[in-house]
Amino acid sequence: MGIQLLLEKSKVENIRLYDVYRREGGYRSVEKALKMSPDDIVEEVKKSGLRGRGGAGFPTGMKWSFLAKPEGVPRHLVCNADESEPGTFKDRYLMEFLPHLLIEGLIVSSYALGSNATYIYIRGEYAWIPDILEQAIAEAKANGWLGKNILGTGFDCEIYVQRGAGAYICGEETALIESLEGKRGNPRIKPPFPAIQGLWMRPTVVNNVETLAAVVPIINMGGDEYAKIGVGKSTGTKLLSVCGNVNKPGVYEIDMTISVEEFIYSDAYCGGIPNGKKLKACIPGGSSVPILPANLLLKTAKGETRMMNYESLADGGFATGSMMGSGGFIVLDESQCIVRHTMSLARFYNHESCGQCSPCREGTGWMYKILKNIEYGHGKMSDIDLLWDVQRKIEGNTICPLGDAAAWPVAAAIRHFRDEFEWHINNPVEAQTRNYGLAHYADPIHVPTV
Amino acid sequence: MHNQDIIKRMKQFSAEQLNQVQAIIARYPEGKQKSALIPLLHLAQETFGGWLDTETMDYIASLLTIKPIEVYEVASFYSMFHMKPVGKHVLEVCQTGPCMLNGSDEIIDYIKQKLGIEAGQTTADGLFTLKPVECLGACGYAPMMQLGKHYKEFLTKDKIDQIIEDLRNSI
Repeated sequence: MGIQLLLEKSKVENIRLYDVYRREGGYRSVEKALKMSPDDIVEEVKKSGLRGRGGAGFPTGMKWSFLAKPEGVPRHLVCNADESEPGTFKDRYLMEFLPHLLIEGLIVSSYALGSNATYIYIRGEYAWIPDILEQAIAEAKANGWLGKNILGTGFDCEIYVQRGAGAYICGEETALIESLEGKRGNPRIKPPFPAIQGLWMRPTVVNNVETLAAVVPIINMGGDEYAKIGVGKSTGTKLLSVCGNVNKPGVYEIDMTISVEEFIYSDAYCGGIPNGKKLKACIPGGSSVPILPANLLLKTAKGETRMMNYESLADGGFATGSMMGSGGFIVLDESQCIVRHTMSLARFYNHESCGQCSPCREGTGWMYKILKNIEYGHGKMSDIDLLWDVQRKIEGNTICPLGDAAAWPVAAAIRHFRDEFEWHINNPVEAQTRNYGLAHYADPIHVPTV
Repeated sequence: MHNQDIIKRMKQFSAEQLNQVQAIIARYPEGKQKSALIPLLHLAQETFGGWLDTETMDYIASLLTIKPIEVYEVASFYSMFHMKPVGKHVLEVCQTGPCMLNGSDEIIDYIKQKLGIEAGQTTADGLFTLKPVECLGACGYAPMMQLGKHYKEFLTKDKIDQIIEDLRNSI
């Protein structure tokens, strides 16, 4: 195990309780931060190089610096806990086991941004977690970390927990804001960005749970020290939630200096593939990012070892790379069927499309139908090109990134596994009882010599 | 008419719940009480039989002084709100990619066979509704389902048998 900044204390007994959390050094960052100016905190977060942990990877300090501060207009911080990207369950782990870490991060961030009323928007299905968070908030308040005139600084802050009600789209920040206003989760056209006109048309910052929790170690150790962890623009630590065919699914914290191969096979992390099976493919950053066959996952197209960080996972662009995304790491072994898996994801996006933009509303339905046809033995060879065409017409043509998120998994599946789609279409009967298997997906990559 | 009056009177939050409603509304700035809509719909669904009928939604509209249509359009958007009656226990089994890799299809088929219902249907005794759902954020603990407020994870056929038996005995 490498450096642990977020999960270090997660195994301490009763760490959920305030007294234990405080004894373990909790709320030190609030003591430190409230002696600093809000702008200095933003500066520390900028220096840390922290990138949004929700999926887009946008620099957090920069996002904070965009916040408009018109005189007399309240500003809000909103914590995005609408974790719904298939493969992702890291925020749930943080909130369930380290609720005070999130509350601590929220207090510091609220002070930095000048938010006197901060909201945690949590997906409705995590129905037992609001109680945990509300208890942590009550404990923090009883101990003077929340409420009026915190630590005698004159800063007031309240944190409220709001449940969603089942809509993936509400993880998109403007849809989340709409939902928090009591409306359908239809994303807004940008600009104006939330930093100018967000919640109730007031300047608003929306950040992911893990991002806000990471503010705690950044303030405690200083932005410069935080930036020394990791490599390049992948600073600090990242939580990964691992699922699919691995021996040890769960949530891991990495410092972004280990290789993908080590992450999958080392006993400290995923512990390899069960039942002696071979690795076929992996979606490294939540269902929306491109799936990679084993060979391209472990090594880049240039033949370099692929590392678990933002840059290396994206090496090769979408042609031969993928993305760190939300850190939802989905592993497929040799017995899995790419067509069926892609169909399942297509159904997901079709169900979750808000219906506002035609390319996404109609296109996701088309993709699901075509994939269903191929999977159940009614596909035609021309369907593959049709599928490619549909996804191309969704990507980039919608208000929010759900369209792209729906198109990319289909595009990547065809790009890397076209022969499996062809095999399904050519062998409609056999494909109902047998999978295509590993084929050549794990073969060494041929690296052209210059 | 008389019957409807009775229904309307039945669809009232208790005094304690009305205090809760006021506390929820107080989380938002003056005049932004519409933000309380989703929390109130959750409360209403839990209180009034597990689903939202028109009377319930109209009642919520009146509490928030918004138009009924503003409630209908929201209630129908979110998949956790049921617009039709459901069984006493709703088995919401995740079927998305990561759960599928770990056998959610078999789990759904087993429940269908065991309860003699199709997806979306309710058993004749009104006890169980099977509702395959999309990703619930428990991918590492697949296959899984939501049962009321909680998750049941690492499902097997044996576990399903046990869950259903426990629910039958819980009446």
